[in-house]
Amino acid sequence: MATDRTYDAIIVGGGHNGLVNGAYLAKTGLKTLIIERRHLVGGAAITEELHPGFLFTTFSYALSLLRPDIIQELELVKHGFKPLLMESTFAPMHDGNYLLLGQDHQANIAEIRRHSKHDADAYAQYSHDVNRVCRAIKPLLDNIPPDITSRDPEELIRMATLAQHMRDLEPAVLHNAVRLLTGSAADFLDDYFDSEILKATLASSGIIGTKVGPMSQGSGLVLLYHKMGEHDGDQSSWAFHKGGNGGFTQVLARAFESYGGEISLESPVATVITSNGRARGVALEDGTEFKADIVVSALDPRRTFLELVDPGELPSDLVENISRFRFQGTSAKVNFALDGLPKYPALGNRGDQFRGFTNIGPTMDYLERAFDDAKYGWYSKQPYIDACFQSTIDPDMAPPGKHVMSGFIQYAPYDLKGSDWDTERETFGDTVQAVLESHFPGFGDLVLHREVVTPLDIERVVGLSEGNIFGGEFLAPQMFFFRPAPGWNQYRTPIEGYYQCGSGTHPGGCVMGAPGKLAAAQILKDQQHS
Amino acid sequence: MVRYTAFHDRTKALNTTELWSHWAGYLAADRYQLSEKFEYFAIRNSAGMFDTSPLYKYRIQGSDAETFLAGLLTRNIRKCRPGNAQYTIWCDDNGFIIEDGVIIRLSETEFLLSTAEPNLAYFEDRIGRLQVIIEDISDDVAALAVQGPRSKTILTELIPDVAGLGYFQSTEAKIGDAPVVISRTGFTGDLGYEIWVKNDHGLAVWDAVAQAGERYGMLPFGTTALLMARIEAGLALIDVDFSSSRYAWTDADRTTPLELGLEWMVRDIGDDDRPFVGRRALLREMVAGSRWKLTGLLIDWRNWFEVYDRNGLVPPKDHLPNGSESILYDATDQPVGYATSLMYSPMVQRHIAIARVQPELVAPGNQLNMEVTINHTWQQVKAQTTRMPFYNPPHKTA
Ligand SMILES: Cc1cc2nc3c(=O)[nH]c(=O)nc-3n(C[C@H](O)[C@H](O)[C@H](O)COP(=O)(O)OP(=O)(O)OC[C@H]3O[C@@H](n4cnc5c(N)ncnc54)[C@H](O)[C@@H]3O)c2cc1C
Repeated sequence: MATDRTYDAIIVGGGHNGLVNGAYLAKTGLKTLIIERRHLVGGAAITEELHPGFLFTTFSYALSLLRPDIIQELELVKHGFKPLLMESTFAPMHDGNYLLLGQDHQANIAEIRRHSKHDADAYAQYSHDVNRVCRAIKPLLDNIPPDITSRDPEELIRMATLAQHMRDLEPAVLHNAVRLLTGSAADFLDDYFDSEILKATLASSGIIGTKVGPMSQGSGLVLLYHKMGEHDGDQSSWAFHKGGNGGFTQVLARAFESYGGEISLESPVATVITSNGRARGVALEDGTEFKADIVVSALDPRRTFLELVDPGELPSDLVENISRFRFQGTSAKVNFALDGLPKYPALGNRGDQFRGFTNIGPTMDYLERAFDDAKYGWYSKQPYIDACFQSTIDPDMAPPGKHVMSGFIQYAPYDLKGSDWDTERETFGDTVQAVLESHFPGFGDLVLHREVVTPLDIERVVGLSEGNIFGGEFLAPQMFFFRPAPGWNQYRTPIEGYYQCGSGTHPGGCVMGAPGKLAAAQILKDQQHS
Repeated sequence: MVRYTAFHDRTKALNTTELWSHWAGYLAADRYQLSEKFEYFAIRNSAGMFDTSPLYKYRIQGSDAETFLAGLLTRNIRKCRPGNAQYTIWCDDNGFIIEDGVIIRLSETEFLLSTAEPNLAYFEDRIGRLQVIIEDISDDVAALAVQGPRSKTILTELIPDVAGLGYFQSTEAKIGDAPVVISRTGFTGDLGYEIWVKNDHGLAVWDAVAQAGERYGMLPFGTTALLMARIEAGLALIDVDFSSSRYAWTDADRTTPLELGLEWMVRDIGDDDRPFVGRRALLREMVAGSRWKLTGLLIDWRNWFEVYDRNGLVPPKDHLPNGSESILYDATDQPVGYATSLMYSPMVQRHIAIARVQPELVAPGNQLNMEVTINHTWQQVKAQTTRMPFYNPPHKTA
């Protein structure tokens, strides 16, 4: 590492948002350093060889809402960006039946009619209605949100522009947006569909990563958020990156370094150095200091405001807001190395159903009951599982003929009543495996290796407080104007030169890069003015 | 009468979509599964197998075979030694392309030429007194393309010699009991091979290859995925990007090799005295200049978005090749070229097209506008000339 420890900008945390932020800053010529606590960058988006020859996406596993402009502006293709299509969603049912949706619209209609003739055109209508809301909302994801507390003329113009945008929407689109943003996924879906399996499969997007059930108000917002993805122009589609999400963050790291950025690994930051209300640099836990007039925290709001700096330096209303900012992680992972693909009895020897999401959560009641357990402080006895066998799409992730399975599990509340995760880790793993066994008889015989990742592990390893996968809950009082706190939703902090760009800022979590990008835009704008 | 290739028993069982096209009179699978893009990803990411048997295949042999071909083919066949292959074309007297194909030199006196259209009469009419026999073996020989980064690993399990086979090299070998010719050729722009085998051994070879590939995620792919891959590879396609001069009505519909980006085929024309058909016309064109030059086109991603968004639409990103032509304009709104084969490329993450432009505009980086039809009006989207191939992985030739 350079002996000169002075930079134009320092980013604390090499998750994907830190990398995106750093790349935008470095691209404009700022001498930029990313400081990462672990031995690799990527944060929650990494790929690790946890069993010889098997590559695991330990935490996040699918490339979801990545903003298309980031791919272009950071020239990611040049550095190996390669999203692979996820072909299908496979939802097994208790009675041996299933729902299998893919890329062919006509085939999907036929498949849905197997379950409900009514739902065939209802599905087309639903997709169209949701896509129209997505198109209306997208500009909000791609712009710095207005500061609702400010009377600054520029902010008033921003508010006016937003109001104009809303007024220009067709009333039906606006109303659907409100139904989604304020209501429950269950209510919204009930308004379209009869089929239980179809509703439950779609509703699962409304609970991912969040402590809500599909019948809770607020699950509509989570559902909508997850629909904002697009890959290769397929609206609401998700992809696997070649080499998993770790493959993607390595691409980001190469882009960052190609612009002259430097990365310092195994360097936990202890504090942000300030003087006279200004950021001056950072100090590592071992005492090493780096200087910069721009310091960006790519961590979550609790760490940004309450740990990296002295809360005493901050306005007390901000400290209060951050103290009550909800994390309450409820998701876990159970990842497997498998000797082969499991079989679903009704599909005989077929394996192509596993080339996308395998969604175990066959009824609305199943999902809601899984949530009930979490409400009272325990993990679901019958958990919801989102399984992906990435090696079916990217054969380089497992030895020939073998497979990896990423299992995303809900609900697994961070706080367990009367026990703790170090005690419960493997019994929880057994619970999940039992559900898999009940759908795929013989599953257990295929298991070569199992890796249980609890919310506590997420917090310990990645640093996401309470294991919340999005760097803070997706609840209306914590979004947009209020993410992470009213008055501080524009990536700045009360400490001049100190910025935030993690998933706890607008728009929020997922491998989307928008917080990192928008924060860079704010920093560069402030630079011009200073 | 529709005909079936030697692999049909297998392709029929695999084609869950039951979608077929007619290709040279044979049934050819459009796609085997509901998503052609998935088959395309197999080519780019693991491996795919493609029944390319409907190609016309000619065995050209005799003591004068080299002399004969040297007088017909635009590219210098003398430089193709036994065990090598060439992508080649043949032109008419005016230097317009009749067709293209791949020729494998099996020995000093024996060649195997594969083409998309029938050519027997044209070639036979030009044998004259030379010692050459041309045999149309199209119906006797099946062809199986195995393409993608893992194709080498898969085929090496069957034929160890494949490991040492260079780009555009070929060898005779055996798969089980079946004698085959295997060439490191293909139409995908990726690492890949084509296996030529007599019909009666076809199924055995298909089975052996499919079995070797199973553990590597290999999938059968149809013509749709092939046609996506070939655009990214920058490979022009007859009847899409150019027409055969034999059947064109006007010269506007004809294309010369210098116009189709194939200058490299005749780069050595100066120290090569072959009197091949079209030679004089090409020499003239080299002096006088060409009407068009071939270029790749990258569509401006931001402008594509803006233009559609302004029209109230979600910008389409269709990976299915658009076969129709779009006119290109310069900054003063003058038509200066045309684009063919427009598609959204998953590898490039942009819309790409193969285009012909006025020669002075061919340098990479020129800004043009491409016409698109949106909401029943003609509108323009910014585009930039670029070198092809659009996608050129190192393993293609390594
Ligand atoms: C289990 C799980 C599954 C998920 N699945 C998906 C999915 O499939 N698709 C999707 O889109 N999203 C998914 N997500 C969400 C998504 O991964 C996150 O929202 C996103 O990766 C967060 O990125 P970030 O850059 O904001 O923060 P992080 O990835 O958390 O990065 C923060 C970085 O800072 C480092 N750090 C922490 N403290 C310090 C310090 N003191 N000094 C230096 N460095 C420090 C950490 O090591 C880490 O590298 C998932 C998340 C989890 C946890």
